[in-house]
Amino acid sequence: MGTVLELHGITKSFPGVLANDHINLSLEEGEIHALLGENGAGKTTLMNILYGLYKPDEGEILIRGEKVDIHGPNDAIARGIGMVHQHFMLVPVMTVTENVMLGVEPTRNGIFLDKAKVAKHIREISEQYGLEVDPDSYIGELPVGIQQRVEIIKVLYREANILILDEPTAVLTPQEVEGLFKILQTLIEKGKSIIFITHKLKEVMAVADRITVLRAGRTVGTVSPKEVNPEKLAAMMVGREVNLVVRKKPAQPKEAALEIKDLYVRDERKNMVVNGISFEVRKGEVLGIAGVQGNGQTELVYALTGLLPLESGEIRLLGRPVYHTSPRTIIERGVAHVPEDRLKHGLVLSFPLHDNLVLCNYYLPPFAKGISLQQTVIINNAEKLIKQFDVRTPNVYVNASTLSGGNQQKLIVAREFSRPIKLLIASQPTRGLDVGSIEYIHNRIIEKRDEGTAVLVVSSELDEIIALSDRIAVIYRGQIMEIVDAAKTSKEYLGLLMAGIQPSEAAKAAAKTKKETEVERVF
Amino acid sequence: MSKSTPRPIPPIQNRQRITIGISLLVVGLFMLLVFTRGTQPGQTATFGMNITATSKALTIPDLVLPVQPALYTFIVITVFLGAWQLARGVKSIGWLVGIVAFCFIAAFLIWATKEKSFNLVGMLSSTLGRATPIALAALCGVISERAAVTNIGIEGIMLIAAQTSVVSATITHNLYLGVIVALLTGGLVAGIHALLVIRFKVDQIISGTAINILGAGMTSFISSRYLEAHIDQLNNSGTFKIISIPVLSNIPILGPIFFENSPIVYIMLIIVAVMYVVLFYTPWGLRTRAVGEHPKAADTLGINVFLVRYINVIIGGMIAGLGGAYFTIGSVGRFDQNMTAGKGFIGLAAMIFGKWNPIGAFLSSLLFGFADSLQVKMQILSVPIPSSFLAMAPYIVTMIVLTGIVGRAIPPAADGQPYEKQ
Repeated sequence: MGTVLELHGITKSFPGVLANDHINLSLEEGEIHALLGENGAGKTTLMNILYGLYKPDEGEILIRGEKVDIHGPNDAIARGIGMVHQHFMLVPVMTVTENVMLGVEPTRNGIFLDKAKVAKHIREISEQYGLEVDPDSYIGELPVGIQQRVEIIKVLYREANILILDEPTAVLTPQEVEGLFKILQTLIEKGKSIIFITHKLKEVMAVADRITVLRAGRTVGTVSPKEVNPEKLAAMMVGREVNLVVRKKPAQPKEAALEIKDLYVRDERKNMVVNGISFEVRKGEVLGIAGVQGNGQTELVYALTGLLPLESGEIRLLGRPVYHTSPRTIIERGVAHVPEDRLKHGLVLSFPLHDNLVLCNYYLPPFAKGISLQQTVIINNAEKLIKQFDVRTPNVYVNASTLSGGNQQKLIVAREFSRPIKLLIASQPTRGLDVGSIEYIHNRIIEKRDEGTAVLVVSSELDEIIALSDRIAVIYRGQIMEIVDAAKTSKEYLGLLMAGIQPSEAAKAAAKTKKETEVERVF
Repeated sequence: MSKSTPRPIPPIQNRQRITIGISLLVVGLFMLLVFTRGTQPGQTATFGMNITATSKALTIPDLVLPVQPALYTFIVITVFLGAWQLARGVKSIGWLVGIVAFCFIAAFLIWATKEKSFNLVGMLSSTLGRATPIALAALCGVISERAAVTNIGIEGIMLIAAQTSVVSATITHNLYLGVIVALLTGGLVAGIHALLVIRFKVDQIISGTAINILGAGMTSFISSRYLEAHIDQLNNSGTFKIISIPVLSNIPILGPIFFENSPIVYIMLIIVAVMYVVLFYTPWGLRTRAVGEHPKAADTLGINVFLVRYINVIIGGMIAGLGGAYFTIGSVGRFDQNMTAGKGFIGLAAMIFGKWNPIGAFLSSLLFGFADSLQVKMQILSVPIPSSFLAMAPYIVTMIVLTGIVGRAIPPAADGQPYEKQ
């Protein structure tokens, strides 16, 4: 046992931001060291410095007590550092073997790729670490969980001792997360050391040996999971006490606001991705759609908001059919849409805040009079809304692109929630947001529900779905596996459904006896 | 709960099956109405099977076909395939369209040749020659775009290289030096494109367009200002002699087509094979493809994305430069204004139709070369179609091919996008 890696006083600034401010970190041999922090706390910047993608302004890196300079990924790899990126760095049209060998290709006769040799080596690694994968399959055909294994194999193939995993659980189902944690245990048993980057408290408590918390580019402290609890960690991350629980009264559902029957939708490449979905959302309740990303959720929401045509089936909104109806008409009937990609569909980034806040109704009085926009009214409206919805900005004239992710999301919420709405469709409403913003947006959504709005929440974060929903529909390959009562289900049960597995009757019974009144929100 | 009934949805395969089936039947009907008109029993069409008297190939008898029976055979095959497709559908649309296209062209040739004689092998032989610059342009496109740099400036590169090669060859009286100058010119112009789009992140289409405009303008200027006044000193290089490969060139039909050609044609064939092996069986190819598909992944594994792109684009430029040389010292021995006539763009179409694969690109180039060669021979046969319409043939084939009826190709995922190191 010994210290394999030390970072001393790492400082890195980008124009206008101090991303890392004298950060210290040490990694012991055979430990899982969690690096915890909100988005924008500087975790990824720090790791990119360690991996040679950025050059630090100040500070030094020591590997096994020896000071090193890392100028690029090649240096990092040569010193035994391997990184599993949050967005997988795999070429989908190539095989596992080709992806693993890329960059360090062994050859026959000095010219031709020796794929057989690499495939053999991959099988050895698979066996040694319990990372089962077929070297000849194409990446694009593998589920994300397996793709992640390939990323880990890539790192092990390069004989790394220090593994950096950047938000490795973001794209996995709960069962896949379990599998990953087992793999991590095997890795440290074989003497590897791991830096595990995350913003999810539960995971940290489950696997980490030590936890270093970053906030706004500074080290807040390094603690052991034994001496802290999630509340304390959250407070360290955010810098204030955070309410980790969504408090809500039981729902009082009334008549249906949205009815969907046998809906089929094709995506832009003409593949049928929504395959016969039926459900209804009633006024005063939250229906959550749970599922791993890419199972038709996006297209379902697009169809409901008029962004994609229906292939067949029926959507009835407040009793009236929606068929070839324009997004504007749908908005005018009282639908609010918080889109999944706020940068692409939620805001016009190069517009000032005040214009972004009237994108739905700029053509109506009082914002428009005849053909002219009423600038004063628009600006007054904006000033009122940013105060009411706590959007942190110097003024309303700056472009939407200058805001942080959390404030951009609040801006969208301000625009959508300030109109008289009857149905709220929120897709990934808190993706990439910090704990404080998540708390805020969740409370607003529950508030809308209590006012009698029908709410449809789509999220790939199971914890978020459980926290917000009254009923949960699990979507898998464009079909609803089951609609369950949120109060009478468990994460494990939903996880099986999300993976397309119909749970056994026993699991069903076990889940249903369990009752949680307040759901813990975990990030 | 609903009053309106859901719309029925015919699956996409069904719609496609019916559309293609009906289209083929229309083609069959067209052949029946147009090609059989004015034919009489007993007419024959003669197809020459020997290229010229000077060819080394063994002489074989010409092919003489009775017009009406031959025409009806091809029409029946087409109609049968169309009906089969409409009723049942076939697995490989590519083969189906290929066979029908063959029947159509065969029927067209028989119609055009009735009571006349037509040198079939001569046309096929000139197909390879006409395909050569198209193939070289396509190969330039393949190697650049596999590394995700779009190069629509191939036309301009070829035009400039065509001029520099003929001028240098004329001055030095050395054709091989002309080829080397063409390679250097192509590499240099492509290098400028690479610098603009990789280093300065200029829009790749704009940069390519600029090269095309520059190429057309500059070569025309030099041509009218200097070359026309001093033809013998600057613009009269002579051409490469045809090289006959011993033994192989004696084979009837195949000999004259493949083994009696200009050295540039042979070099093109070698480049096709080498590029295929390099792209799919060597480390460099693997890295090139990775850079074209997912540059960030390549970067995180320590591969220099920019270097890979520079090298591929410049090698591509050299290949296009060779294509330019083929126009001048490879075929006519002098430079004429705008003599590339869109072959660089057709090469890009061949690249797409060939699915960014060197062999596919070469085979598609043959298709375009065939269309080009056919239209020239048809003008000689004086068929009752205006020559301007015939001259459109290669471009019409280009448009049909790019509609993607015959298998849509998927370009490299990062094609045309500049890479930003964070």
